[in-house]
Amino acid sequence: MSVLLLLTLFTAGFQISDFRLPAPLLAVAESLTNRSIAWPEWEQWKRVLLVQDYNTRVVMTGTGLLGMAAGLVGSFTLLRRRALMGDALSHATLPGVGLAFLLAPYLGLDGKSLSVLLTGAALSGILGVVAILYIRNLTRLKEDAALAIVLSVFFGAGIAILTIVQQVPSGHAAGLESFIYGKTASMIASDAQLIATAGLLSMIIIALLYKELTLLCFDEGFAGARGYPVFFLDLLLMALVVIVTIIGLQAVGLVLMIALLVIPAAAARFWTHDLKRMMLISSGIGGGGGLAGSAMSAVFPNLPSGAMIVIVCSCLFFLSLLFGRSRGVLVRIARRWDLNRSVDRQHLLRGMYELLEAREPETGSGAIGMPFSQLLAMRTWSSFRLLRQIERCRRAGLLVRHDNARLSLTEAGLAEASRLVHEHRLWELYLITQADVAPARVDQAADTIEHVLEPELIVQLEELLAQQRMSCGVVASPHPTIEQGRMP
Amino acid sequence: MNSSLPLAVNDLTVAWHRKPVIWDVDIEVQPGQLVGVVGPNGAGKSTLLKAIMDLVPKASGRVEIFGQSYRQSRHRVGYVPQRESVDWDFPISVLDVVTMGLYGKIGWCLPVRRKHRDIALRALEQVGMSDLANRQISQLSGGQQQRTFLARALVQDADLYLMDEPFAAVDAATEKAIVEILRDMRKAGKTAIVIHHDLPTVPEYFDAVVLLNMRVVACGPTKDVFTRENLERTYGGRLTLLDEATEAMRRRERTL
Repeated sequence: MSVLLLLTLFTAGFQISDFRLPAPLLAVAESLTNRSIAWPEWEQWKRVLLVQDYNTRVVMTGTGLLGMAAGLVGSFTLLRRRALMGDALSHATLPGVGLAFLLAPYLGLDGKSLSVLLTGAALSGILGVVAILYIRNLTRLKEDAALAIVLSVFFGAGIAILTIVQQVPSGHAAGLESFIYGKTASMIASDAQLIATAGLLSMIIIALLYKELTLLCFDEGFAGARGYPVFFLDLLLMALVVIVTIIGLQAVGLVLMIALLVIPAAAARFWTHDLKRMMLISSGIGGGGGLAGSAMSAVFPNLPSGAMIVIVCSCLFFLSLLFGRSRGVLVRIARRWDLNRSVDRQHLLRGMYELLEAREPETGSGAIGMPFSQLLAMRTWSSFRLLRQIERCRRAGLLVRHDNARLSLTEAGLAEASRLVHEHRLWELYLITQADVAPARVDQAADTIEHVLEPELIVQLEELLAQQRMSCGVVASPHPTIEQGRMP
Repeated sequence: MNSSLPLAVNDLTVAWHRKPVIWDVDIEVQPGQLVGVVGPNGAGKSTLLKAIMDLVPKASGRVEIFGQSYRQSRHRVGYVPQRESVDWDFPISVLDVVTMGLYGKIGWCLPVRRKHRDIALRALEQVGMSDLANRQISQLSGGQQQRTFLARALVQDADLYLMDEPFAAVDAATEKAIVEILRDMRKAGKTAIVIHHDLPTVPEYFDAVVLLNMRVVACGPTKDVFTRENLERTYGGRLTLLDEATEAMRRRERTL
């Protein structure tokens, strides 16, 4: 959002002559658009892909570790439903960066050293979180409003302070705006070292407190009852978010830092139902995004690295959304198809059984088979759908096709069909006797639910309706199954 | 101060934004009993359990568990929260949830080891779910979720169990299994305080009963206390005057 806003402001600046952007915004916008982006030579690609440059190696190590740490911490904040807290926190760091730069000379420190700037960022970020908690607890405003207020006020103040910084004579403040969108090009070895150390530290804390944090996220009440300091653990999780956000400021920038905390964890959730695996995948996606993003940013040095990292991560997210093994869209479509197919199969077998049953008194056996047209008339299915299902059942050895379009059930088919009819009728009887559904409407009512009945439920139904069972194992239908007019 | 009493509650009042949720509650629970807590919705049953475990701040009153504060006797108390209180879509397995009951014993920062998993598996066997140990909790039925929570409390091997509606919306088999376990607990001399909704089964399941509607209407052995008259006092007219007074106070509070 803010990216779009800035771009619009920037283009507007060209059209309206007396409109002037504040200096930091101009600087940002310039770094975004004013420089040419040429397609890199093969030589450049090779240098990056083979990590030949020392600097590229340094940067990639830093951002890779950052991505992994963000993936791990993000998994817990996502499960604790505190994802947006990270966003407010990262936006709240901006005034700290500017103030640290302004005040550092008075404290005898170097205003451009990364550790000084990040300390300022951390302090104002924490102040932002505290402000959120205060607003939430002391007023009647809800948490989302508190988040929005703190996020925008701190970010606005930060932009104002950066404008002042630009006008300070001793300024040399160029580069501060890279904290907004991230810029890995300016990263030096000691910066990468700082990122790596802090990233490793947060990973170690997560590994040590994995059990406690899981308990906190899953069942806060139980954790409290067992004597775990819930408030302290929440604070610790927040501290981890602070660490990751602060070290991510330089590489990813404060506007997009939240993406690195949320996207890998959300993507990982599509792949697994196991927390440990989810965290591994999440840190993999985060780390991969960090590496690939900073490599891209080395190839295109004029593009902000934050955007690159986030673009790579969101590509991985969309892949996960589509192909994720446990919750991905494709898997779910496939499952639905499977269910529809098995419902069709059950309908076919049940229809054949009922035809058989209706005819039995006359011919004594169903061996001659039943005509296709009769089956088609039993339900509202197209002949194509029915034929496809018949073919599937034939291949599964459940039925046999005779010439002149007559069908009959095999031994296995009959067994399966009688089981299905039995379950269907048990459920119907249950609905009639226990749920007061009218016998005329019970067929449909049963149909919607019975395809998902589990074996334990069938056993319970049988116990409940034991007195109504017939000796052959299949209960009689509680309503006429086939209209007399359609009888052969 | 009586160290043999599993639970003694004196003058307990809990308020939420100055509106009392439970008021002046006095309860004494004898050891080796199954105690049912019964009352209408919003009577403060869950709040009572939470206040006993220091999960919500007390406005006044004292709670003693085996003659000590909850903090000191925490290891002797097992808790089964309401099933709906957690997100069952959480990415962990049944065994993971049950081992949570052992985290206190395992200690900070240490991983769950084989012997802890064995204890958890035994508890799952007790509730009849050993074949589901590795299943993801999102695939459990309501009854299985409840049994998972029960197993998590069982691994603690506590002396006093606090259970928040373990019978709510469970299948007949689960209800039978839970009753069985409660009776085994009683045989082993343990005490259980169970919030219960289904009035007809109260005399069958519980030795003593607490009838609660903001305050304790009656408390004692089921056969003496669980009478039509007491039930009418519990479920019939709420304490309208008290309700109105607290509501007025709350409105004042909002305008301040």
